[in-house]
Amino acid sequence: MDVIIKNLGLLINATLIATPPLLLAALGSCFSERSGVINIGIEGMMTIGAFTGAVMGLKTGNGWIAFFCAGLAGALFGAILAVACISFHADQTIAGTAINFLGPGLAVFLCKAMFNNSSDTPAMDPSCKLPKLFEGVFPAGSFWSNVLNVYSVAYLVFILAVVCWFVFYKTKFGAHLRAVGEHPEACESLGIDVYRVRYTCVILSGFLAGLGGAFVTLATINQFRPSVIVGQGFIAIAAVIFGKFSPEGATKACLLFGFCSGVKTLAGSSNTISPNLISMIPYIVTILALVLFVGKAHTPAANGKPFVKSK
Amino acid sequence: MNKKKSILESNVLYTIIAIIVGFLIGAVFLLIAGISPAVAYAKLLDSVFGKPKYMVWTLIYASPLIFTGLSVAFSFRTGVFNIGAEGQFVVGSLAACVIGILFDLPVWIHVPLCIIAAAAAGMVWSLLVGLLKVKRGIHEVLSFIMFNWIAFYLSNYVVNLAAIHKEGGGEATKDVRSTARILVPEGLRDALGCTAANWGIVMAVVAAIIIWVIIEKTTLGYKLKAVGFNSSAALYAGVNSDRSVLTALGISGALAGLGGAVQILGMSGRLSQFAGQEGYGFEGITVALIGASSPIGCIFAGIFYGAMKYGGSKLSIIKAPAEVVDIIMGCVILFIAISQIFKVLLGKLTKKEVK
Repeated sequence: MDVIIKNLGLLINATLIATPPLLLAALGSCFSERSGVINIGIEGMMTIGAFTGAVMGLKTGNGWIAFFCAGLAGALFGAILAVACISFHADQTIAGTAINFLGPGLAVFLCKAMFNNSSDTPAMDPSCKLPKLFEGVFPAGSFWSNVLNVYSVAYLVFILAVVCWFVFYKTKFGAHLRAVGEHPEACESLGIDVYRVRYTCVILSGFLAGLGGAFVTLATINQFRPSVIVGQGFIAIAAVIFGKFSPEGATKACLLFGFCSGVKTLAGSSNTISPNLISMIPYIVTILALVLFVGKAHTPAANGKPFVKSK
Repeated sequence: MNKKKSILESNVLYTIIAIIVGFLIGAVFLLIAGISPAVAYAKLLDSVFGKPKYMVWTLIYASPLIFTGLSVAFSFRTGVFNIGAEGQFVVGSLAACVIGILFDLPVWIHVPLCIIAAAAAGMVWSLLVGLLKVKRGIHEVLSFIMFNWIAFYLSNYVVNLAAIHKEGGGEATKDVRSTARILVPEGLRDALGCTAANWGIVMAVVAAIIIWVIIEKTTLGYKLKAVGFNSSAALYAGVNSDRSVLTALGISGALAGLGGAVQILGMSGRLSQFAGQEGYGFEGITVALIGASSPIGCIFAGIFYGAMKYGGSKLSIIKAPAEVVDIIMGCVILFIAISQIFKVLLGKLTKKEVK
């Protein structure tokens, strides 16, 4: 019994660690997609955030400042995507693909330029990382100590999910952004500045993706490596589509991915089943869940279509 | 007047401008990193054109990229976005590798069998996504991403199976039997000074021509393009849009699978455990974009990317980060993407002149 409780605690803990980066990126993606801009460049934005977080953590020694800077770096890439897609009417998939080359390319390039041709940043001292909230409150090895052995920012991320839900459905801005993604022409005739709403959403999407990347380098591990993000940005996009482009749906989907990843971490250490087969589970579960329960998602009607202002 | 207009509207001009801008921005970052762009770009050029051997290597790097580029380009032309070329490439290389190791057959059966198996594997991988889209309305981008990762872990699982794993540690399979390889004859390889010289580039060019014929010269291609252009109108004209989507995805997947076969049977001769995704599928998106989704354009774009990849890998000799290639390619794509507006603007300007 004790073993089961202990493992349950560790499993919840692993889920709480694996979910926040995905959730941050996915919440951002919800804003962008619902306002009508496909952001396929999340992966690149997360990578640049992860790198910026690690470098600023090393330079400033303050995890929170580093975390915020990573968000700004992601927002910068969000701004590039916004200019290309909104003002220049670029194909959104193509521009996003460009971001996916630029982000990781620039991150590793700068890393090599700054750290003597090494593609990894030096490991950070724990004091440079984000703090843990309940460290030492519960006796070591107890259930609650296992469960809550999480960096405090993880809790903030779940609060943020609620805030995003509120913004989406209970504020004027939320109503505007949802409308702009469905019928921008009608919005314009009502006096809504379509470009401004979309710019805000895409830059916000970059900011949150940058934070998501930095969560990995400033909380989960303690350095930047080129392999630090691989695929999480795409999983976040998948979670958004899975969650039908809503913050609450994306949150559930991210928790599912996070849980599967937690199972993977725990089962991976047991050595009875091939870790590669276990790693496949989240993806197969997603497909099955879609086939059996979720079905067709309503894509925002104006998603992917450039909007040309009428003068 | 007309001639001037056609130059302004051609994709080639914008692609070349985008490439030049990409190199300029790359130069800025090289300067920031304290490396002379002149030295780095000279090294890049020399690594590609310096010796005939280098040019052969460029073509070897280019062959799988042309295939994944064709795969993505074909999907673009038919209105679906194959972001799953990565997974289809992986299952293709896996099929070619397994059959290349386990079967002992004469060359004239073994090579075609491996190639067909790879194409079939890629096709099946893509058709599964197509079926999910057509039967259950599931967004193809989502299922492609899932299938990329399933292929990734499936490959790593199979690589470690006792039947094909190379004994004595290492993270790779045994070598594919020589009867399954598509290398050029030994004498030619010696003359070229390149042990991996293979027929991949010839296969890629032939595939590009076949795809061009399908898209431009057949009713099948016309139907597929019609669905891609306007699925409701195509439906009204009596084209079965579900069947068209499946056909398009099947062909697209087979092309990516073939890319995997060329990589295994040509260049590497074995499959290694992946640490991260190989990237051929995502690079195929770039090839398709630079090639303006035209099959013939993909040949040139694939060779360009192959040259950048091979040349970039040599940059570490002068202590320049090879990632400058990613920065350049990212900028090239970005500028191709935003060039559309210049085309529209210039089109308006020239129209005014005519008035």
